[in-house]
Amino acid sequence: MKPVFVRPQSLTDKPFHFCPGCHHGVIHRLVAEAIDRFEVRERTIAAASVGCSVFLYDYFDIDVVESPHGRAPAVATGIKRTNPDKFVFIYQGDGDLAAIGTAEIIHAANRGENLTVVFVNNTVYGMTGGQMAPTTLLGQPTTTSPYGREFGQDGYPIKMTEMLAQLEGVGFAARVAVDTPARLAQARKAVFRAFETQMEEKGMGFVEILSSCPTNWGMKPVEAVRRIEREMIPYFPLGVYKERKGSDAL
Amino acid sequence: MSDSKVTFEKGNVALAKAAVAAGCRYYFGYPITPQSDIPEYLSGVLPRVGGQFVQAESEVASINMLLGAGATGKRAMTSSSSPGISLKQEGISYMAGSEVPGVIVNVQRSGPGLGGIAPSQGDYFQATRGGGHGDYRVIVLAPASVQEMYDLTVLAFDLADTYRTPVMVLADAMIGMMKEPLEEWVPQSPEPSKDDWAATGAAGRPGRRIKSLYLGDGELAEHNWKLAQKYERIRREETRVQTELPEGCELAVVAFGSAARIAKSAVDRLNDEGRRVGYVRPITLWPFPDEAIRRVAEQGVPLLTVELNTGQMVEDVRLAVEGRAPVHFAGYPPGYLPSPDDIYDEIVRRLPAGEEAA
Ligand SMILES: Cc1ncc(C[n+]2csc(CCOP(=O)(O)OP(=O)(O)O)c2C)c(N)n1
Ligand code: SF4
Repeated sequence: MKPVFVRPQSLTDKPFHFCPGCHHGVIHRLVAEAIDRFEVRERTIAAASVGCSVFLYDYFDIDVVESPHGRAPAVATGIKRTNPDKFVFIYQGDGDLAAIGTAEIIHAANRGENLTVVFVNNTVYGMTGGQMAPTTLLGQPTTTSPYGREFGQDGYPIKMTEMLAQLEGVGFAARVAVDTPARLAQARKAVFRAFETQMEEKGMGFVEILSSCPTNWGMKPVEAVRRIEREMIPYFPLGVYKERKGSDAL
Repeated sequence: MSDSKVTFEKGNVALAKAAVAAGCRYYFGYPITPQSDIPEYLSGVLPRVGGQFVQAESEVASINMLLGAGATGKRAMTSSSSPGISLKQEGISYMAGSEVPGVIVNVQRSGPGLGGIAPSQGDYFQATRGGGHGDYRVIVLAPASVQEMYDLTVLAFDLADTYRTPVMVLADAMIGMMKEPLEEWVPQSPEPSKDDWAATGAAGRPGRRIKSLYLGDGELAEHNWKLAQKYERIRREETRVQTELPEGCELAVVAFGSAARIAKSAVDRLNDEGRRVGYVRPITLWPFPDEAIRRVAEQGVPLLTVELNTGQMVEDVRLAVEGRAPVHFAGYPPGYLPSPDDIYDEIVRRLPAGEEAA
């Protein structure tokens, strides 16, 4: 009998701590599948972020370096520049990448660091209990935008994929979601492409994944999944924003 | 030592050359006066010896690049000057907590704030107290000459690897910018193997974690105690001090770095004149040579601490002395660099026979 569903080898057997309905677990799995698919477990070094994904190192059976909040792109630059033969990925939430770490991600992208970036956008600071993130949608209430985000007060939700796709150092930039099986398949493809971008030394491979946070959205898991299609995708359109072809010069 | 050659070199360049001689092939930094000779030199040399020079977008980024490089076991360095070092404190705390080796150079200028670019020793507290958040220490080496910019930088890399900890070379604008003869030498001791802990890709073994987060019951206390034991070992084995104590010493001057070399001229002149003045120069600021200072105080010798600030190391001197002898202080905050004559006068004022003049 051929198994149709197995646990990726690069995941440990520790159960995820994520809340029910949280997409971090699904996204972890996508990354693990890519590590297995490209057979890079033994030469992968990840830089973990701060946020609900801080325990990345408990779930992946790979070498992981913890980074201060927002600094994973700099830590990963240090890893990759000193170990160009290794496969290096970072995994960051929206608070981590789009607020405290904006400078680090923009400059790592602009330098064309050969890194794979998995950017989890759940429009909220998860781990610290649901405060407003730079990605929080207009009108969305959070613990620090109790009347809903209002642009005159808080500015607009930031679109990182569109911003980074502009930079010459980015080889691949896409926004995906994992709320339906069809989108999950596209997300897998995008993560794989971001891995390949690094192997082909085409600069940064960036994937933004729209993700749910039922706990801090105050929603049941199914409702939270629906919110992705209803509210997030219209503001954060899915798609491949940049793909450097083989012949394009870096 | 072998392959030694003597050149006439600037302190900052001597330090940069030492890093290369020590096997450092990776540098991450952001420009700031008065240390920019270091990145300028290394940006030319490192690519030619198979290394990497990365000019980061900020000091925050550069210290975190050092964290990443150090976590993989590579010899790497960052350098900056006072305001930039403040920005690096977050990363230094993470390096200490994650036990990642790395060398951080601070060519001090004057503060607080933007301050000025004149030499100062105003970062003594920041350097010797850890500087960032949490319960940790950083080994701090204080060169007092161009030659020591070289020698202590080589030592910094060895100590960082031996103890898996960040090590700071604390110089200042005077030592960094001045030129002196330099004997370059190639260290012979091999770089310690990092196979048993570094993040190198989990080939044939389970994944490793380089981390400072410990949430389990009692785990962090255990980690902090483990670090404390390491710091205790460093205290025992790595404290370095230069002490010159003449028979029948009347007073001993305590100073480090550039203040020490100015003070030394005054001490030498007094001894030539027949006075008996001692000299204690901490080379490691952490671990602080409190035993050496206590021994001086136990003989009832008064001490005079000379610093280019309003009084920082003097607190450590007083802690070491514990009231056994008087501790005087002569401070020169930024803007006025004391001459040997100034310090000569200070010493004379404190000498038993010179007290009336005070
Ligand atoms: C310097 C610093 N500031 C703030 C924090 C507190 N903090 C921890 S996680 C977090 C938010 C993480 O949110 P996000 O990156 O969106 O990830 P999520 O938890 O939603 O997955 C914050 C602000 C910290 N650890 N360090
Ligand atoms: S708080 Fe939100 S992001 Fe964090 S684990 Fe729970 S659902 Fe996921």
